[in-house]
Amino acid sequence: MKAPLFKALLIVGLLPAIAAAQLKLNGAGATFPYVIYSKWFDVYNKKSGVQFNYQSIGSGGGIKQVIEGTVDFGATDGPMNDTQLAEAKQKRGTDILHVPTVMGAVVATYNLPEFGQGLLLTPDVLAGIFLGDVTMWDDAKISAINPGKKLPDRPIVVVHRSDGSGTTYIFVDYLTKVSETWEKKVGKGTSVSWPVGLGGKGNEGVAGLVKQTDGAIGYVELAYAVQNKLPYASIRNTAGKFVQPSLASVSAAAKNEAGSMPADFRVSITNASGDDSYPISGFTWLLVYADMKSEPKANAIVDFLKWALTDGELYAPELLYAPLPENVSQKALATIKSITANGKAVGKK
Amino acid sequence: MRQESPSSALFPVGARVRQRNLGDAVFYRVTQFFAFMILALVAVTAYEMYRTSSASIDAFGFEFIVRSVWDPVRDEYGALPFIFGTVVSSVLSLVLALPLGLGVAIFLSELAPAWLARPISFVVELLAAIPSIVYGLWGFFILVPWLRTSVEPLLIRQFGSFPFFSGAPYGIGMLAAVFILAIMILPIISSISRDVLTAVPISQREAALALGSTSWEATRIAISYSRSGILGATILALGRALGETMAVTMVIGNRPTISASLLEPGYTMASVLANEFTEATSELYISALIEIALILFVITLVVNAIARLLVWSVTRGSEVQQ
Repeated sequence: MKAPLFKALLIVGLLPAIAAAQLKLNGAGATFPYVIYSKWFDVYNKKSGVQFNYQSIGSGGGIKQVIEGTVDFGATDGPMNDTQLAEAKQKRGTDILHVPTVMGAVVATYNLPEFGQGLLLTPDVLAGIFLGDVTMWDDAKISAINPGKKLPDRPIVVVHRSDGSGTTYIFVDYLTKVSETWEKKVGKGTSVSWPVGLGGKGNEGVAGLVKQTDGAIGYVELAYAVQNKLPYASIRNTAGKFVQPSLASVSAAAKNEAGSMPADFRVSITNASGDDSYPISGFTWLLVYADMKSEPKANAIVDFLKWALTDGELYAPELLYAPLPENVSQKALATIKSITANGKAVGKK
Repeated sequence: MRQESPSSALFPVGARVRQRNLGDAVFYRVTQFFAFMILALVAVTAYEMYRTSSASIDAFGFEFIVRSVWDPVRDEYGALPFIFGTVVSSVLSLVLALPLGLGVAIFLSELAPAWLARPISFVVELLAAIPSIVYGLWGFFILVPWLRTSVEPLLIRQFGSFPFFSGAPYGIGMLAAVFILAIMILPIISSISRDVLTAVPISQREAALALGSTSWEATRIAISYSRSGILGATILALGRALGETMAVTMVIGNRPTISASLLEPGYTMASVLANEFTEATSELYISALIEIALILFVITLVVNAIARLLVWSVTRGSEVQQ
């Protein structure tokens, strides 16, 4: 007598759970875009009812989860390499698409109380400082690019990130492109073997050390430097112009590189061409499966990505991310349209 | 003075238990199961770490623990700077904290009047409850600038010719890590030692005083009575120092080098794990990090084993004395 009632209760109890489960997308990865992704997930959830559960465990973790198939999408600040893509294809039976979402930049922040804002640096000198070849602030090489400014007779204290991070990747990727010595001695990665300097944990660790130490130079995310009003250097780009890091100069770098961008978006835009490009900037990507097992999920992801790359981009500047330039987001939208569910096209809306 | 093992006294093992009472037998088995769970947990942890670090063990072999290179870009790994940093920072912090902590404990248990001992004990226990990130932030924003502007320039001026105090005053570095660790383990040493000293029967002290001892001599008797407990506190503190991650990471400078100078930055095993594990992607890289965890595990085991031996030898020594 009790059994039917119990069953009915069970079914009634389970129904909402099933409905909700269909609309929940799990993701994991990069910490850098976490702020804008949370904003997007929140706004899009109110718009469509789709729930997102995003764990900002780091790019490396995001890539691992995507390969293992434990998430519906991943996020990374550095593109997956060919080995990882092959492993994912073999394990998941589908390609992984890189969808660029927003851009960030890395700035060289410094502490020279008597100098103040407006330090100019060339790629050579920047690499020299981080290689430990340029050790004093009044070095002739630095004075030569900052004419008329008095530089103190003080040792340079280099500060870098101690934790593995996409910020480090963009920074050393740039140094690898502009300095042969750097390429040979150090190379690029989310963690590298630094020739000199102190390691601070996170942007706040680096910024804290730089703020405390007279004569220090370090690198942090642009957004972090702007929020905390840190002084940062203008860097000479490939066109020979000294460019201030800003959302506009970062978007310009992507815009100027869009023509030569590969179809899979696995590209570094550091050392970008163009007069107005800030050279130390990079994309952050969402990693999605080209072919998904679940059609509702595929629909939801495609619809979300379309919204994020159009209306969603409007949230970027206020959160201090550089939005994708028009020509890049058009290319990315074309990629999104190719997503399928079990071989069938999705996202007809 | 001799300690009876409580388990053998309360629950005689084996057949006699079963004869006497089913409930006791079940209770014995259940608690035994829990005890063995701990053993199993340690064994499984060790085995898992060994298994997942096999790529690194195969690639570098024994050399892993004597190499000083750490280059994730070229997939070249060695653990020596991390082992050095962990051992040096822990041992030096213990050297700083032990006399201080013991002094606090002796004052609280032997000398201080109750109205003073209570609030101080309370504060000491409060210190033990502060999360390590708070110590880390305090270290980073208060201790490090103070070291940089006041302490280290003085050390360099006075003792700069010694290799221990040569170099530039960064503030951040091994010295900062030693200081922060010493502060963190101080409450462990002092609160446990105080408890142990308080547990010394009052008759011991009264006897000593009655024989004309000074309060220092009476205290010495109390200390010798409780030395195995004090040793235990020390080892617990050392264990905390070896494994401390967050606070050390924030102040040690995170540079995998071996330097005689305390002013230079260093790196510890726990710190490199906290820093690099999340973004480690290549198989060998992850494997090398896990091997570091395995080494930390082994070092902790060895330290505990040595502690056991010390406690045994000390308690045996005291028996002979009596």
